[in-house]
Amino acid sequence: MTVEFVLFIALGTIAVFAALGMLLSSNAIYSALFLVVNFAVVAAFYLLLGAPFIAMVQVTVYAGAIMVLFLFVIMLLGAERLRQPTYRLRWQQPLAIVLVLALLGFAGYVVATQVTGAWPGPLENAAGYGSPAAIGQLLFQEYLFPFEATSLLLLTAMVGVVVLTAVDERRRRRRPSKRS
Amino acid sequence: MFELVPLILAFPLAGLLINAAFGRWLDEKRIGIVASGATAAAFVIAVLQMLALSGNHFHAETVLLADWITIGDMHLPWQMRVDTLSVTMMLLVTGVGALIHIYAIGYMHGDPRFARFFVFLNLFVTMMLVLVSGDNYLMLFVGWEGVGLCSYLLIGFWYDKGDDNVGNARAGRKAFVVNRVGDLGFLIAMFLIFGAVGSLQFDDVLHFFEHHGAEVGGLATAVTLLFLVGAAGKSAQIPLFVWLPDAMAGPTPVSALIHAATMVTAGIYMIARSAPIFSLAPVSQMTVALLGAGTAFMAGTIAVAQWDIKRVLAYSTISQLGFMVAAVGLGGYVAGMFHLLTHAFFKALLFLSAGSVIHGVEHGAAASESAARGVAGEDYPSGAHHAHCDAQDMRNMGGLKDRMKLTFWVYLVGAVALAGVFPLAGFWSKDEILADAWHVGMVEGHWHGVAVYILLALAAIFTAFYMTRQIVMVFFGQPRSSAAEHATENPPTMTTPLVILAVLSVLGGALNLPGLHTLRRWLEHTHHFFHGIDFNLSVALSSTVLALAAIWLGVRVYHRRPLENATAPDQLQGVLGSVFNFLHAKWYVDELYAATILRLYEWQARFLAFQVDWDFWHDFVHDRVIAAAFRSVAAALSGPVDKGGIDRFFDGLALLVRAFAVRILRPLQTGYVRNYALGVMLGVIAVLGMMLVN
Amino acid sequence: MIATTYYLALSAILFSIGVVGVLVRRNAIVIFMAIELMLNSANLAFVAYARQFGALDGQILVFFVMTVAAAEVAVGLALIVAIFRSKASIDVDEVNLLRG
Repeated sequence: MTVEFVLFIALGTIAVFAALGMLLSSNAIYSALFLVVNFAVVAAFYLLLGAPFIAMVQVTVYAGAIMVLFLFVIMLLGAERLRQPTYRLRWQQPLAIVLVLALLGFAGYVVATQVTGAWPGPLENAAGYGSPAAIGQLLFQEYLFPFEATSLLLLTAMVGVVVLTAVDERRRRRRPSKRS
Repeated sequence: MFELVPLILAFPLAGLLINAAFGRWLDEKRIGIVASGATAAAFVIAVLQMLALSGNHFHAETVLLADWITIGDMHLPWQMRVDTLSVTMMLLVTGVGALIHIYAIGYMHGDPRFARFFVFLNLFVTMMLVLVSGDNYLMLFVGWEGVGLCSYLLIGFWYDKGDDNVGNARAGRKAFVVNRVGDLGFLIAMFLIFGAVGSLQFDDVLHFFEHHGAEVGGLATAVTLLFLVGAAGKSAQIPLFVWLPDAMAGPTPVSALIHAATMVTAGIYMIARSAPIFSLAPVSQMTVALLGAGTAFMAGTIAVAQWDIKRVLAYSTISQLGFMVAAVGLGGYVAGMFHLLTHAFFKALLFLSAGSVIHGVEHGAAASESAARGVAGEDYPSGAHHAHCDAQDMRNMGGLKDRMKLTFWVYLVGAVALAGVFPLAGFWSKDEILADAWHVGMVEGHWHGVAVYILLALAAIFTAFYMTRQIVMVFFGQPRSSAAEHATENPPTMTTPLVILAVLSVLGGALNLPGLHTLRRWLEHTHHFFHGIDFNLSVALSSTVLALAAIWLGVRVYHRRPLENATAPDQLQGVLGSVFNFLHAKWYVDELYAATILRLYEWQARFLAFQVDWDFWHDFVHDRVIAAAFRSVAAALSGPVDKGGIDRFFDGLALLVRAFAVRILRPLQTGYVRNYALGVMLGVIAVLGMMLVN
Repeated sequence: MIATTYYLALSAILFSIGVVGVLVRRNAIVIFMAIELMLNSANLAFVAYARQFGALDGQILVFFVMTVAAAEVAVGLALIVAIFRSKASIDVDEVNLLRG
């Protein structure tokens, strides 16, 4: 029971409970905030795992930018809660839980039997492992093409968002107005 | 310079394409310049070819344009042949052609289809040059058919005129159909040659016949007789001459170019080209000679009794073609070619002059009409070929000597040349033919030579007589209609070619003067069969005397007692009576053909159409047998088999599919996204489970 | 050093919670957040594996996943806004026009 292990258990518990909180909150705002907590904890895990750059990106981009976007949309739409509860697919809930338990079972089986015995302990990584410099070097040399491709992806997403949300001015004008 | 020879085809072709494409936007002057210029350029090329031959020791040259047909051993190139014979024809076609083109600019002035006329004329020149320059029988045949097509197109050029407004079109059809008969003979002859020789190149074929002469006498006879059929069609010989008089329905330049000077000589050219084959077949030669002489005589007699100025010339043409055919039949190829050339000069001259007369008379008719209406000085479109009186009927003419001076003189030159009076062109060429006949008959002692000589001599007498009759009726005496009274001379575009042709008609005899034999030596380079016989004074004297006698007789009959008016009977009608009517009706040949061939043909056509085709084939075989059987089978198939069996099976199948879809597949599509996600999840679990189990 | 196995177990748990969220919740935004959770758990596994094998490629992949996730969020939220405009609701169960 090293300090590290205690830390892992504590953080893991927080992460799981934050995730469950997101799942169970009926208010979408709470869900989003729980998810922020979860993301922050995962960022801490990244630090433990020797990935400081990814951890920083996780905090700024995920927990910061993306979740702010979520909150913004929720508030913009005023969609914290669904207006009326509907009970259309009640049978799906238990079935879903059974399936997820099965999934967990499979995962646990795999982790317990096939992974544990076969692997040695994690390697002690060299100095500078996971530093921004190392990541940058790999990104701009070996992964240059996928990196450039993502820029195209982002551009496409941007155009798509504009198209989806833009209000068609011409159509609006064509609406019959009382003046004419 | 031989490589220039394709240009001789290219120029008229270019001319016709230009006029065909842009003719509707060009004015008459430009159309005329393009067409005449193209022909004149071709003439220049022909002259260059002549010079080239002189510089080549008169050896024949061939110029390969393209490979045409190559199937197995059959090899037919599109190859042009330049030898003395073909160059002679090229010079004739392009030279006379160019003059007639120029003439036609004036003659066709004002015609609404002016451009089309010149397109056809240029096409004719092109095809005629293909005919004479081709190096194999198939190219010759292409040109042969091409000029036949042009002939058809140009005879029916005024297709909306003539009897019942379709007369001209009928004349064109008649020419085409009659020519088909001849073409069939030519085609079969080509097949025979190809079967025996395996080639249609002139060199191969003639070489074959020269070296296997003895063994293939029968083949040579068959081939040459079939060639004769072809020549009889194209060159208007018995029994296929009936189309040529009707062909005068075409515009007069066409009559001059196609139906007197060039196209109709294709048969003679073809026989001369095939001389080595003919020399192997004495029977064919004799047939050719007798047929030609017979035609010469028969057409000569018919020409005596015609009223239509062009018809007289048409029968005269047939008669003269008969002279040429007889000459080549007697082995006098040089004489035949000689007569072909001189005849082209003076017959083109005569036709063009006749056109000039007709044109003048039509003008006169228009002028007298306007005078009668009191509208003086009005300019009438001269191209409007409509006259109240028949402008081609010689009975409506008379006294034109003073009104159309130039035309009269050139006409007189042409007529005298045709009549064979010393020293004009016709004298020399006709005399050579007669001398040939005399030689074959008297010196070699063949009976058919004598017969040919007698027939030709008679034909020559008739020639002189009918030309005198024509001259007197047209130009002397008093005008017998107001149209003739007001006739005027034509513009220089029309008269200039006349003068040139008149000069040629006078001097044409110089081509082959006795003692010099220029043409003979020139042609001898093509075939060594081309030889002539020497001048025969007694023959020449006797034929001159006969011609003069006939002229004197003509003058006596027609000039002493001129026709009183346009409806008076011919002077000969009183003397000869029914014989004259018989001749006027052209020996009733058309009626004979109509009674025998046409009626039989129509009967069998009707029989085939109504009885065989309609009643038997259509009503019985098709409707009763095939259609009924098919219907019963179809009924059986469609009723029980298709509807009862196949349809029901597939209907059931479709019902099953629909039931499956409605009951089972449709409820699966709930429309809920979460539902679908659950489906994905199920799949993931299933796949993971399978992976673990394995 | 914590064994990689533990991280993998945690990742599996978080992933399962995300799956339940997608299958059970009706609020489109919450479903979306559950998907983000799933992506995140996958990232965690990537980083753990990267440390296990001493290779940085896993971290690079996480970087790309984040980029794609950012694009996805942008488009997804735009879709939700568009749906809300026409339906005045973001209940996914009300969007079932394509039912059979």
